[in-house]
Amino acid sequence: MNPSIRLPGIAPLFVALTLAILGVLIVFPLGVVFQQAFSKGFAAYLEPLTQPDALHAIRLTLIVAAISVPLNAVFGVAAAWAVARFEFKGKSLLVTFIDLPFSMSPVVSGLVWVLLFGAQGWFGPWLQEHNVKIIFATSGLVLATVLVTLPFVARELIPLMQDQGADEEAAALTLGAGGFTTFWRVTLPNIKWALLYGVLLCNARAMGEFGAVSVVSGSVRGLTTTLPLHVEVLYNDYEFVGAFAAASILASLGLVTLVIKTFLEWRHSGELSAGRRH
Amino acid sequence: MTAAALAPLAGKPRSRWKQPSILPGFPLAMGWTLTYLGLVVVLPLIALVVRPWELGLSVTWSTLTEPRVLAALRLSFGSAFLAALTNVPIGLLVAWTLTRYEFPGRRLIDAFVDLPFALPTAVAGIALTAIYGPNGPLGELFAKIGIKTAYSPVGIYIALLFIGLPFVVRTIQPVLQDLDREVEEAAHTLGATNLQRFWLVVLPAVLPALLSGFSLAFARAVGEYGSVIFIAGNMPMKSEIAPLLIVIKLEQYDYAGAASVGLAMLAISFGGLLAMNGVQLFLARRGRV
Repeated sequence: MNPSIRLPGIAPLFVALTLAILGVLIVFPLGVVFQQAFSKGFAAYLEPLTQPDALHAIRLTLIVAAISVPLNAVFGVAAAWAVARFEFKGKSLLVTFIDLPFSMSPVVSGLVWVLLFGAQGWFGPWLQEHNVKIIFATSGLVLATVLVTLPFVARELIPLMQDQGADEEAAALTLGAGGFTTFWRVTLPNIKWALLYGVLLCNARAMGEFGAVSVVSGSVRGLTTTLPLHVEVLYNDYEFVGAFAAASILASLGLVTLVIKTFLEWRHSGELSAGRRH
Repeated sequence: MTAAALAPLAGKPRSRWKQPSILPGFPLAMGWTLTYLGLVVVLPLIALVVRPWELGLSVTWSTLTEPRVLAALRLSFGSAFLAALTNVPIGLLVAWTLTRYEFPGRRLIDAFVDLPFALPTAVAGIALTAIYGPNGPLGELFAKIGIKTAYSPVGIYIALLFIGLPFVVRTIQPVLQDLDREVEEAAHTLGATNLQRFWLVVLPAVLPALLSGFSLAFARAVGEYGSVIFIAGNMPMKSEIAPLLIVIKLEQYDYAGAASVGLAMLAISFGGLLAMNGVQLFLARRGRV
C-alpha cells in the first residue's frame, strides 16, 4: 500500500461507505458466529462439539463431500474437454444444462430426488421391495449434494480451456504423444490451478449445503444430519451455544476457503479463468 | 472454418453434428458428460416437470392458486426482487471503490466480499437472526424506530441482501477494471462534470453487467432457503417463503403439490432469465449501432 496516494474528491466518502456496508452486512455476521460460540467460555464451546451427534455430523459431512466432490471434478474435466476442445451442434444447450443447478432453488434440488426415490416416488416402491434406502440415508445426501455442486468445476475449466485453445495439445499429438499422455502431460498441468479452484468452491458448497440435504435427510439426529443440519437441530432445540459452536466450524471452513481462493487469485491469476483474475 | 475447407472431410458421415478434430477423447468425454448430466440433472428434472400433472391439471391449478401458495410465491419473488434491486447501487458503490481507489486493507476487504459465497447458508441464517432478532444489537436498534426486522419480511429482505451482494460486485468489478480510462479522461477534458461522466460514460458501460449481476442475485435469492428460514419467522401468509412451502408439502407427503410449487418457481425464474437475456441482447445491439 502506498500511503502517498491521495484519494481525490469524493473518494474518502466512498471508501467509508464501502467499509460501513461490508462491515455491517458481511463481517458483522461472521464475528457474531464466533462471539456467540464462545459466549459461555471455552469449555462450553468445546463440550457440544465432542458430543457423539456432533462428531457423527462432522464425519457424515466429510463422507458426503469426499464422494460428491471427486464425482463433480471428474465430470467437470470431461465436460470441459468436450465443450472447450470440440465444435458440435447443441453446445450452448449443453452448457445451459451444466449451469442449470445454479439457478435451481436448493430445496428443489432436494425435492427432485424425493420425487424419484421417496416413499411415493417413481422408484420408491421398487426400492422398498429390495430394501434399498436412498431418501433419509447417506446416498440421498450425496445425490442432493452432487446436483447442487455439479457446475462448480466445469464452470472454472470451460472458459479457461477455451481461452487457452488446443494448440499445445495438437502439437503434442503431432509429435506422436498418445491421447492420454497428452492429457496428462499437457492439458492437466495447464488447468491444474483452475481445477483446484473449482474443487475448492465445490467442496465449500458441498460441506456447507443446507437446503437440498435438509429435504432428503429427514434430519434424524445422529443419523442423517450433516454439520449444517446439526446446526439447525441444535438451534431449534434452543441449544444456542452448541448451534453456534457447530456453526463456527463451518464458518472457519468458509474462511479457509476464502484464504486459499484469494491466494490462488493472487499467485496463479494467469492460470485461472478470466473472470477470476484480479 | 469455411465450408470449402471442410469439404474434403465431408465424406465421413459421423461428422455431421461435430466438426472433425485431430484431438482424441471426444466419445469418452461427451459420453461421460451426457450420461452424468442425464442421471444427475435431466432425469430428476423430468420428474419435476411430470409429477405435478399426475393428479390432473385441476389439482395442480388449485394447488398453485391456494392463497397460502400465492402469498409464498409473491413473498419469495417480491423480496428477492427488492433485495437484488437494492444490491445494484450498493454493489456498484463497492465495486467502484475496490477498483478505483487504493487504500490500506483493500485486498482484504475485496476478499471479504465473497464471504456470503463461502459461508454456509445455515450459519449466515442463525448469525443474522442473532443480530436482527428482538434482543440482537441491530434488532433492538431498528425496534426503537418501529421496524421489526427478524421474524418479518424485513428479515427475509436483509438475508437476501447478504446473499446477493457478491453476485453484483463480482459481475461489475471486471467491467469497471477494463473500462477505458481514456474515455473518461476525454469526457473530463471536454468539460463534463463528475456526475455527467458517471451518467453518460460509466453507467452505460456497466449497465449490461449491472443487469446480469441483478439477475444472478435475484435468481439466487428467489430459491434461497438456509439463510432465510431462521430469520423469517415462517408465519403462513406473512413470512413463509416458497421453498419452505415445498418442504412443508413434502412433510405431508403431498409430492404433487410440492412438485407444483417447485415447477412454478423454476418456470418463473426461467421466464425472468429469458426476459433478462432479451434485455441484454437489446442493449448489446444498441451499443453496437
